[in-house]
Amino acid sequence: MENIIISLKNAIVDFDGEQILKNINLDIIDKQFVTLLGPSGCGKTTTLRIIGGFQQMKSGSLYFNNKDITKLPPHKRQVNTVFQKYALFPHLNIYDNIAFGLKIKRLSDKEIKSRVQQTLELVNLIGFEKRSVQSLSGGQQQRVAIARALVNRPKVLLLDEPLGALDLKLRKGMQIELKNIQQELEITFIYVTHDQEEALTMSDTVVVMNDGIIQQIGTPIDIYNEPKNAFVADFIGDSNIIDGIMRKDFLVDFAGNSFTCVDSGFEKDELVDVVIRPEDIKIVPQAQGKLTGVVESVIFKGVHYEMMVESSGYEWKIQSTLHENVGSLIGMNIEPMDIHIMHKMEDKL
Amino acid sequence: MKSKILSIPYIIWMIIFTVIPLGLVIFFAFTTQSGEFTFSNIVAMNDYLDVLFRSIEFSVIATIICLILGLPVSYLISRLARGKQGTMLMIVILPMWINFLLRTYAWMTLLEENGLINRFLGLFNVGPFNLINNSGAVILGMIYNYIPFMILPLYSVMTKIDESVVEAAQDLGCSGFHIITRIILPLSKQGISTGIITVFVPSVSTFIISRMLGGGTNDLIGDIIESQFLGNSYNPHLGSAMALVLMVIVILIMSLFNQFGSEEAVI
Repeated sequence: MENIIISLKNAIVDFDGEQILKNINLDIIDKQFVTLLGPSGCGKTTTLRIIGGFQQMKSGSLYFNNKDITKLPPHKRQVNTVFQKYALFPHLNIYDNIAFGLKIKRLSDKEIKSRVQQTLELVNLIGFEKRSVQSLSGGQQQRVAIARALVNRPKVLLLDEPLGALDLKLRKGMQIELKNIQQELEITFIYVTHDQEEALTMSDTVVVMNDGIIQQIGTPIDIYNEPKNAFVADFIGDSNIIDGIMRKDFLVDFAGNSFTCVDSGFEKDELVDVVIRPEDIKIVPQAQGKLTGVVESVIFKGVHYEMMVESSGYEWKIQSTLHENVGSLIGMNIEPMDIHIMHKMEDKL
Repeated sequence: MKSKILSIPYIIWMIIFTVIPLGLVIFFAFTTQSGEFTFSNIVAMNDYLDVLFRSIEFSVIATIICLILGLPVSYLISRLARGKQGTMLMIVILPMWINFLLRTYAWMTLLEENGLINRFLGLFNVGPFNLINNSGAVILGMIYNYIPFMILPLYSVMTKIDESVVEAAQDLGCSGFHIITRIILPLSKQGISTGIITVFVPSVSTFIISRMLGGGTNDLIGDIIESQFLGNSYNPHLGSAMALVLMVIVILIMSLFNQFGSEEAVI
C-alpha cells in the first residue's frame, strides 16, 4: 500500500472575502513527483504555501505522516521550499547560502562541509562555493535555491514555479535534472506550475486546479487521455470542445451528425461537452468524410501543421503532418475512441 | 561632458558656501586677532576637553538609543502594506515640521518641576522628580530631535528586503530571533551605518537643546562654539579652532567606523 505523507483536509482559504481555496482535499503519496497545475489564480501556490506553513487556512487541517501539523510554524516542519524568485540570501556567498539551514540546526562543521559538497555535486555547482549570489546567472541561482533546500534532506520538497524565469532550453534541461534528482534522492516533490507540458513531462501525479477547486487528479496519461471535464481537456493540450447531445449509451449527436462513441452512463438526451483532440481528426477526401469543412488557415508548427477548419458553425483545430490549401473543401472523420464526452461544467458547479 | 555642465551650479554653490567658509575657519583658527599665525587657539582647546568629551559621550549614548528604538520600528513599518507605510513615515517625520525651538520648549514644559509629567504623577502622590536640567534630559532632547534620521535610512533599506527571503529563512529552520540576527540585521547594515552617521554628527555638535534642557551645567561643545561668535565671550578665533577640532574628531570617528563597517562586509 502506498504511504500517504501529506494530507490536506477540507482546506478553505479566504483573501479579503474572496474564496481562494474552496474546500480542497488532497493526499500526497510518499516519494512521488506531484504537480499542482492550473492557470494563475487557481489556488495552486496557496495550496503549496499551506503545506510550507506560510499560509493559514480559514478552516481545514493538514497532516504530515498522520500527524496534525496545521498549527506548526514553518521552521518546525520537515519540508523545504524552493521559492519562485529563488529568495537567496544576498549577503551570503553560495556556500553559506546552502549551509544556512544546517548551521541553524547546529551540525558540526565537518558534517556541514561534507553535506554542502555532496549537494553542490548533485546540482553541478562544484567550484562556486565562494561566489556571490549576484555573480550567478538565473539558472545557477536556481540550482543554489534547490541545493539550499535539498541539503536539509527534507521529507518533502516544495517547488513554486521554480523554472518560470528560465529560458526554454534551460528549462527543459532542468526539468530532466529535477526529475533525476527526485528519483535519486527518493523524496516527495510537490511542484507548482502553470505549464502543462512541464507537468506532463515530470510528474507521477498531476493535480489540475481551477477556481480554488481540484478539477482532476491522475497520472499524466490519464489526465491527457481521459480529461474529466472540458476545463481539464482545454487546459491540458489543445482541444476542440463542441456542444453535443447524448442520445443513448455509445451514441452522441454533434455538428449535425450522430457518432458512435465509447462513453456511457449519461442521461438520455443530456447536453454534453464533446472534446476532440486536434491530432485525432483525420482529413479525408470530401466525399469520404462524415463532416465536411473549409480550410481557413494553415500554420506550420514544426512537427505538424495546424489548420483551422470551418464546419457546421464551429472552428475546428486540426493538427496533421500533411496540409491542405486554404479554401479547399475537406472531409473529416473521427474514431469512436477519440470522442470524449463530458458533463457540462455548469452542471457540476 | 553633459554631466559636468549639470554639476556646475552645485560646484559654484559649494565653493561659495562650503570651501571658502571652511578656508576662513581654518584661517581664523590659526591666527591671532592681529592676523599673525599661531597655535594658541588650538592649544586653548585644552580647557574645554571635558565639554568635548561630554559632547561625544552624550551623542554616542543618544545614537545607540536611537538605533535600539529605530530598528524594530523601522522593521515593522517596512512590513506594513504600502499605503500604511507612507502614513507611518509621516508620523515619524511629523515633529520635524514643527519649529525646532518650539519642540524643545514643549519638552521643558513637560519635564519641569511643576510641569505636566510631575503634575500628573502628583495626582498619585508620586514625585516630583527632577526630570530637567540634567544630562538625561539633554540626551532625551537629542534622541527626540534626531531619531527620524535613524528611522528613515533604516526603513529605506529594510523595505527592500524581500518577504520571500524572510520566508526562506523560516523555511530553513529560523525562529524569530535567528531571522533578526542572521537576515534582517546583516541586510540592514547599510542603513544602520547611514543612520548612525546622520544621528551622531548633528548630535555631537548640538547646541540650544543642551542649554534649554541641561540647565547650564550640561553645556556641549556646540554651545561653547556658539558663545565664541554670538555670546559675551566673543572670540571667533577660538571658536574657529574649536569647530575645526570637532570636525577633525568627527571625521576620524566616522572613518574608523567606516573602516570597521567595510571590513565586516568582506567577511
